[in-house]
Amino acid sequence: MSDEDSEVISVAPDGRPAKDQPAWRRDFSIDWPEDEYRSRREFVAFLMLTSAAFVAGQFWILLIQAWRKAAGQPPLKEIASVNELAVGQSKLFEYPKRGNHCILVRLSDTNFVAYGQKCTHLSCPVLPRPDLGRMHCPCHEGWFDIRNGEPVAGPPRRPLPRVGLEVREGKVFANGYVEGVI
Amino acid sequence: MIQLDYIDRANSTQTVPVVCMHCDSPTCAEVCPAHAIKRTGDGVVQSAKKSRCIACNNCVLACPFGIPKMNTRMELMMKCDQCYDRTSIGKLPMCASVCPSQALFFGTEEEIARLRPNSAPINTFQFGAQTITTRTRMLVPKNNVPEQLDVLSAMYQPTIGNVIEEDLLLDAMNSEDA
Repeated sequence: MSDEDSEVISVAPDGRPAKDQPAWRRDFSIDWPEDEYRSRREFVAFLMLTSAAFVAGQFWILLIQAWRKAAGQPPLKEIASVNELAVGQSKLFEYPKRGNHCILVRLSDTNFVAYGQKCTHLSCPVLPRPDLGRMHCPCHEGWFDIRNGEPVAGPPRRPLPRVGLEVREGKVFANGYVEGVI
Repeated sequence: MIQLDYIDRANSTQTVPVVCMHCDSPTCAEVCPAHAIKRTGDGVVQSAKKSRCIACNNCVLACPFGIPKMNTRMELMMKCDQCYDRTSIGKLPMCASVCPSQALFFGTEEEIARLRPNSAPINTFQFGAQTITTRTRMLVPKNNVPEQLDVLSAMYQPTIGNVIEEDLLLDAMNSEDA
């Protein structure tokens, strides 16, 4: 406090010392040194609060991840019948909740794959190109391997989230994620 | 930047320099809504900061001494800042360095006491209900030092050649005679 007061050289019109003055007079001092001290302090406070917000954000991400882990895998859900799709055809579905768009692709008679449709770059919907053996994101020309969802070209660096599948009695069921979160 | 006021423009070329008094509680800075006027650590009230001044004229109207002047073309208030660029590196302010009669003096109290033995510096002024103490001093006769100078006393005073209502020099001479 005494250090601050030494910077206050102007006398307020009511003549009282700086510590008895209202807060606005200290915040908007007419003294150059005090004014610079205040703006310096405000800048430091801004830096501190912003970095604290970033730290809090990191913890928030951790918390969300832990919460998702604790929630476990979503339940089994019927999404298509085997005969519904010819080889090379695909079908959209929502799993595990409404709004989580996924895509089922039949690669061969026995091989089905399903991925979350959000591109891992900027969340554009990806389109299957079984003729090329790829998933294609047209927004920024991102390409993924259709067999395992690994990125092969373009901006995406992370694999597509893969939906686990189970074929039972001529029906295809979605059964949890294999990797990533849809 | 220094202002020159004409005493009696119609009859005389006499001017009076209007230097900033550098108040302890600078009214110009108090009324500035844009925080353009600041006082440095050594007590010099600076001219308005160009990037902040909004040319609102508050300081021009509020200053008891009529120091700030608005440059409407530049939209900037400019006033005496005791030639901060010069005084901060040990030079005299321009006005004091060119004054042939040393009516304007820049220096220490000891120096002025030696140079002007019959005068005493005063830095308390009365402006209506407002008492102002300043960094810039005015010299008054040593044997008749008033508690404060009334800023307004000269306002309605007749100009040169007419009666001066509050003549400190005359009062001093009278008191010497008595």
